[in-house]
Formats: sequence, structure tokens, C-alpha cells
Amino acid sequence: MSEVLVLVEHAEGAVRTITGELLTAARRLGSPAAVVVGVPGTTDSLRADLTALGAEKIYAAESDDVGKYLVTPQVAALAAAAQGASPAAILLPNTVDGKDIGGRLAVRLGSGLIADAVDLDAEGVATQSIFGGSYTVQTKVTTPAPIVLLRQNAISAEPQAGAGEVTALEFSVDPATATTVTAVHVEPAGDRPELAGAQTVVSGGRGVGSAEQFAVVEDLADALGAAVGASRAAVDSGYYPQQFQVGQTGTTVSPQLYVALGISGAIQHRAGMQTSKTIVAVNKDPDAPIFEIADFGVVGDLFDVAPKLSEEVKARKA
Amino acid sequence: MDIAVLVKQVPDTYSERKLRDDGTLDRAAADAVIDEIDSRGVEIALQLTEQHGGEVTVVTMGPDRATETLRKALAMGAHQAVHVVDDGLAGSDALQTSAALAAALKTLTFDLVITGNEASDGKSGTVPAMLAERLGLPSVSSARAVSVDGSTLSAEKIVDGGYAEVTASLPAVLSVSEKIAEPRYPNFKGIMAAKKKPLTTLGIAELGLENTGGAAAPCQVVSSSPKPPREAGQKVTDDGTGGSQLAAFLAAERLI
Repeated sequence: MSEVLVLVEHAEGAVRTITGELLTAARRLGSPAAVVVGVPGTTDSLRADLTALGAEKIYAAESDDVGKYLVTPQVAALAAAAQGASPAAILLPNTVDGKDIGGRLAVRLGSGLIADAVDLDAEGVATQSIFGGSYTVQTKVTTPAPIVLLRQNAISAEPQAGAGEVTALEFSVDPATATTVTAVHVEPAGDRPELAGAQTVVSGGRGVGSAEQFAVVEDLADALGAAVGASRAAVDSGYYPQQFQVGQTGTTVSPQLYVALGISGAIQHRAGMQTSKTIVAVNKDPDAPIFEIADFGVVGDLFDVAPKLSEEVKARKA
Repeated sequence: MDIAVLVKQVPDTYSERKLRDDGTLDRAAADAVIDEIDSRGVEIALQLTEQHGGEVTVVTMGPDRATETLRKALAMGAHQAVHVVDDGLAGSDALQTSAALAAALKTLTFDLVITGNEASDGKSGTVPAMLAERLGLPSVSSARAVSVDGSTLSAEKIVDGGYAEVTASLPAVLSVSEKIAEPRYPNFKGIMAAKKKPLTTLGIAELGLENTGGAAAPCQVVSSSPKPPREAGQKVTDDGTGGSQLAAFLAAERLI
């Protein structure tokens, strides 16, 4: 059975959740092979988890250069693995880095690329949900080694232990095309899940009124174990940082539950969240467009409704 | 420094966007506008050439009417334009588009290529990296701030959960996020001047392209269909029990 290469997303010695989703998708097409690109020792720390998630093979692409350069180490490692294995497909997360890695790799291998797939079947047909979820498109790549970028949270991880056999992979980075990373500033995520992969998202809009009052959104998010999001209007008003923006120009989310607080539901916002499984909304304006797509809507003041909901959620948990 | 800026004409995200039966964009269904992210790319290019000298060339690939988008960028202040246009390019996928744009860029001299981080219609966001690979250049994606010192590009780029500071040597490919700059509005003088600025068209033959168009695309659309619109569910007016009713709904759906 052909190998299906999966680029492993990892941070601080732990495998990110998207990796389990990619390995599950890979199993439909062939034999899942995880490609770990990291500093020496990374593969050792991830091996048990990758094996449990389903990796039959683990390529260890380790170098002190990883982390110093943007994406080109991952491109070089995946290209080296692909040249040896003639894979049935190469799966990457549909993230900023995933797109950069996938784009370069597609040119290097001459492979067709499908971005932002929400599903992938055993024949390699990918499903995309485009124009903010208003169209479903199925696409297939006709070249060898198709590259597919999978949206986080679109496929459920179904862990099924693999052999986890580790193979070292040699690769080198061309300094001519390298971009050097001099510093990384990542906001401490705290205890909240990451926005793009969260099962529940609570977002606030212009109706929240101020940065201080966003605490009401955060309180409900924490009660629900949810990630916090914000509409573009809220971000532009300075209520919440840009990396939490949900919508056409921010993050696209597809959680099990999306809670919209004080969000009118402009088309650009809906484009980033209307594939959520269940949508509930609280807004003062009974004519707010968000109610057209909400499974349950409350016309009222979010500062009355959200705290009461938080209390009920906490009471049910207790 | 000379800068090439890639711009794309897209269906307005404020209007209803449709696909035709063959899975290609129905360009007649919605108003066509310059993609907002690209107007920000033009703006930062103008700011950089105002600081460092040099000229801005805007480049697009698209049907005849995509000229409108080039004129808009020229009216903002870009110096000249290149239009990659050929019926044989219709239905190109990202890999083919990057080949055509790379070939067009090779006809220019530039120190920097600027693009939007992803188009609002295709949203693949992979063309900038493909271009960098084809041109053999370093790349920086989703920049929110950028500066140039001699032959070094420094940028703050968006990463998951925050941002990174990066440097690359010029020439390079830079894709910008929406935080990079607020685009200027063309004034009357700019709009009049734009009509006289040079606009070159390039087709498949001039660019020496092979395997062009939808039929030769590495990505083939198998099927496409509009999704039934989401239906509005229950709506209640808060009479003091709104929070409890919402909780009851979520409990019934096993979401809490």
C-alpha cells in the first residue's frame, strides 16, 4: 500500500490535534506516514503519540536549522520523503504555514494542490466548502502525489495504533530562498482551546461595546470550555486582538457550537462561521441577519442573557 | 526599489457569489471589484517607493474586464500595468496561475513582489509561495508590517496565535495581511492620469506557456452544487428567561 505523507504539527513537545485528523484522513488513502520536522530529539518525544494516532511510519527530519527558517525546512523534508516514497498523497494542515509549505512543495514536485478541504475520500476526491459555505465543490488532482490542505476540525480523528517505525530523513535547506525568523511573539493561549480547532466558539461583536466588556464573552467561553472569537467590527473597534477575528478575512471556524453575542451577522462574518454545526445568537436587534442562520436566537441584551447562560452551564456541570 | 504588485479582480463579497455548472466562477453574477487585500498591497508598495524611490508595476491575470482593476491601481498611483489575458487561460488552477504570473514577472525587473495573502474568492492562499518557488526567491507571507533597509526586507508576519519577526534578502515575495495598510482613495487627478499610463498585455504565446487552461489543470472539479441555505430556527424575545431558554436548547441538543 502506498504511503500517505502527513506533516506533523507540533508545539512544545506535543502533537497538535490537527495531526490526528490528518492521519485519520491518510488511512483512507493508504499507509499513514508522519513526517516530523523539528530540532534533534523532537521525534523521540512525539513517537508514542503519533503511533497511537495511527502512524505506520515516522520520518524523523531533524536539524538545528528548524525554527531558524520559515517553512523551507518543512518543504525540503517533505520533498525528500516524497522522492523516496512516491506517496499516494501529501496531507498538510490548512494554516498560514501549511499554505506556504504546500505551495512551494506543489511547484517542486509538480503536484496539483487542493486547499481548505473539509473532507477527503478513499479515491482522493476532496470536498471544499466555498464562498463561506454556500457551495460544495468536489475536486480531484490528476498528477502523482496530490497535495491536500485539510481544514482543522473538519474530519474527526479516529486513533488506531500504527507500527510507528522511525526512519531518519536527510534534507538540506537552500540558503538562497530562506527567510530567517528573528523572534516569535505568541500570546499565551491560556487554558482556552485554539480558535480554528475549537469544538465550541463564543464570539463577540460590536454590540459588546468595549474591550473591558469583552469579559462577558470570555466568561461564557470559559464556562463552555470554548475558544473566544470576535467579529471584524469588534476587532476594528479595538475590543479584541486581530488574531481572534472570525470571518472572510480572519479565521474560518466549523465548531460543533457557535455562540454569537452582539454580532449582526454581516456576510463577511457569516462566511467564516456558517458551516458551524449549531449556531445560537443573542442580539438586541430582532432584524439582525445573524438570526436568519441561527438555530436558536434570543432577541435581548447580551449583558443579561450571556451571564445567565454562564450560570446555567456552570450549574449543570456542578 | 522597483516593486511588482499582483492584483485580482474578484466578485464583491457584499454580493451573492455563484459558480457556473462547470464549477468555474460565474463572473456575471456579482459586481467585480479589486480584491480589498490587493488594494492594501498596492498601498504598501506605493509607501515603500515613496520612501526608497522606484516604480510600482501592477500585474493581473484575468479576462478583458480585469483591466478595470489595473486602472484602479494605476489611479491610486502605480506607474504601469501588465495584464496577462488569454482565452486559453480560463479555468486555470493555482499551479497554472502561478506559472503564468511567474512568466509575466520574469519580463519585469523588480526588487520585491507584493501580493495579498489570499484572494477572497479562491481563498487558496498558495499562489504567493508557488511564485516564490518558481522564481527561486525567499518569501514572507501574511505580513502585518514591513520595512526595507538596503537589500534586506524585515517584516512582522502573522503566525498561529501571534506574530513573528522575520528577515529575508531582496528580491523576495511578500504577501500582506489586511493589517498592513489602509488603501488610499484615488483622486480625480489620479483617475485622469491612470488613463494615460502604460498597460501591456501578455498572452500564452508571449509567455511561452504550456498545458494551460481548465482542461489541462492538475486540479479537476468533479462536481459542484449550491448548498441549501441554513434555515432560521427558533427565535425568542428575552423576558428575563432568555438565558435559561438558551441553556435548555443547548441541553436538548446535548451541547452542554
